[in-house]
Amino acid sequence: MKRIISILLENESGALSRVVGLFSQRGYNIDTLTVAPTDDDTLSRLTLTTQGDDHMAEQIVKQLHKLIDTIKVVDLTVGSHIERELMLVKIKATDNDIRTELKSCVDIFRGHIIDVTPATYTVQLAGDSEKLDAFIEAVREMGIMEVVRSGVSGISRGDKFLRV
Amino acid sequence: MELLSGGEILIRALKDAGVKNVWGYPGGAALHIYDALYRQDDVYHLLVRHEQAAVHAADGFSRATGEVGTALVTSGPGATNAITGIATAFMDSIPMVVISGQVPLTKIGQDAFQETDMVGVSRPIVKHSFLVTRAEDIAETIAKAYYIAATGRPGPVVVDIPKDVTDPSHKVPYSYPSEVKMRSYQPTDKGHRGQIKRAVKTLVDAKRPVIYAGGGVVIDNASEQLIALAQALNYPVTNTLMGLGCYPGTDRQYLGMLGMHGTFEANTAMHHADVIFAIGARFDDRVTNDLEKFCPHATIIHVDVDPTSVSKNIDAHIPIVGTCTSVLTEMLAINKELKTKPDADAIADWWTQLDQWRADKGIYTASRYEESSGSCIKPQDVIKMLYKITNGEAIVTSDVGQHQMFAAQYYLFDKPRTWINSGGLGTMGFGLPAAMGCQLAFPDKDVACVTGEGSIQMNIQELSTCSQHKLPVKIINLNNAALGMVRQWQDMNYSSRYSESVYEDSLPDFVKLAESYGHVGMKITHIDELEEKMRKCFAMKDRVVFMDIDVDRSEHVYPMQMPGGSMRDLWLNKTERT
Repeated sequence: MKRIISILLENESGALSRVVGLFSQRGYNIDTLTVAPTDDDTLSRLTLTTQGDDHMAEQIVKQLHKLIDTIKVVDLTVGSHIERELMLVKIKATDNDIRTELKSCVDIFRGHIIDVTPATYTVQLAGDSEKLDAFIEAVREMGIMEVVRSGVSGISRGDKFLRV
Repeated sequence: MELLSGGEILIRALKDAGVKNVWGYPGGAALHIYDALYRQDDVYHLLVRHEQAAVHAADGFSRATGEVGTALVTSGPGATNAITGIATAFMDSIPMVVISGQVPLTKIGQDAFQETDMVGVSRPIVKHSFLVTRAEDIAETIAKAYYIAATGRPGPVVVDIPKDVTDPSHKVPYSYPSEVKMRSYQPTDKGHRGQIKRAVKTLVDAKRPVIYAGGGVVIDNASEQLIALAQALNYPVTNTLMGLGCYPGTDRQYLGMLGMHGTFEANTAMHHADVIFAIGARFDDRVTNDLEKFCPHATIIHVDVDPTSVSKNIDAHIPIVGTCTSVLTEMLAINKELKTKPDADAIADWWTQLDQWRADKGIYTASRYEESSGSCIKPQDVIKMLYKITNGEAIVTSDVGQHQMFAAQYYLFDKPRTWINSGGLGTMGFGLPAAMGCQLAFPDKDVACVTGEGSIQMNIQELSTCSQHKLPVKIINLNNAALGMVRQWQDMNYSSRYSESVYEDSLPDFVKLAESYGHVGMKITHIDELEEKMRKCFAMKDRVVFMDIDVDRSEHVYPMQMPGGSMRDLWLNKTERT
């Protein structure tokens, strides 16, 4: 099953490569990976998604925790959580019918058209990964030129939080 | 505050970290450091002949003493030569700091002369690594490196230092941190008390228990506690290859080594056990054989300081994360308070069964191979002779292959830190430099490197280091003129097609070779001369002696687990199996 693993990492050179290296070294796949500094700029927050059963997820979490730069690790999929991904899609939009259809599709998915040229629309959409997949399917026929996805960011629901 | 250059700071920090010996090899990017080394007397440097040997020697020193070993190499090829040594230490959880010179910060990334991304290259085989970018950071980094290397599950730490950071003209204030604190690194010490209680109860209730003790017990100096617990319960103990010596090899309760070349009694006992108490061991594939068939009746108690080792290969019913010493100490205390005692009848029955297995097929109750005769010297008999002549008190290092297994089987180690071998990585070429490290640590002890003509040639240049630094190690070369273990597998699995495992007539005259380095060489071709010559060898306390012993070329290591089988599925000799 899909796992969303969230990590608080020392914001130091080489820290990210240790995380990525661990996955290739141990034979795990990374499906998505996002990383950025937090409000405390000595810390990076990293979210990655991977596939694995409980045994594998437990090993991954333990292995990540073993890295010296890692401060906290949590498998968000174990509890109630929110995931979000940002997507930018450039679509061929030369004829008026397509432009109208695309506009209404973007509204249905609660996206935004953030750039327009006579030949293209660029759409911004946020949501969980399934929603973004569904949008791509909905507009595929219209002629997708480019898709950029940020990868999943995740956070626990309710009172739980990940902080030093 | 005192002003020092980066190079001086490094050496001073090593001293403040308690380092007395550094094994190394100079080169361009490390020259500022070497100059600082020249102008002081606190840290003794031993010049090796190849950087791999520097790391193995530091490793051997660490294994023999429990202290953190230190190696110093230059950038580029110096750093990459160190890699095999670092990987060896990593696989066996040996605390070590490897300092590598690096090209100047201004040149990093420009494919400069002798530039290698050491932090990148070493990443999968280190516990941690640092690239130091300011002279001001050196002392703190060194303190952290030694702390990380030695604590938790120990391992090698690389500190990569660009040349401009050690620039002699740039002086900065020196201060060594009085303690190290890292918010991201807080290794576990004590295990969960509730789990430990459960473990003791389960252990005491066992009818067919086995204590399976590994290298973690050696590393954590927990032998005393292990022996106390095993003897309080009267339970049998088996050691892994890495754990040899952590429980006395001559003790009645000792079943011998387990695993691929473990004894019949140890492997069979594991298979039939109802409770297995694994401590400081990691259910390596060379122990378990087929995981699906592993110990079908056993409740597994697993103690390890590294949470990733627990339930990695075999699910533990009672997992405990903690150091061997702290968990065993607590177990002993709980056992004392506990009202229930082991079922004496069940344990007596178990011992009857174990003794039967020993008598039937054990390698210590009878000789399970044809004895040596004339010019046919059995490698096992050489190890037995070594044991006899050194009273079982030598520090024995080994390389990798048949000789390693014979040494592990037939030299009965009674004390931890006396058996020094590359168990996890299986590094040929480890034995001689590791022996140098042991001899440095214990100048008055007999240090024997059990090797083969294949392994010894992987770091034979270190015979020169032995001369320069007066390290009178004894080399016991079991010469069968072939890569013995490779050939054994070729015999067993490839219809004796000896693909690239024989040297034909290309082997050197090891006696002359040893002599050319200024050492003593001895050739033994007949069983009758073995004892006398080996006595002479160990009587020469201040000389390196190279004993080149022609051994039976057709001998195999037995027992040997059958691939895809359970632990008890063994070849006992070339024709007999369980």
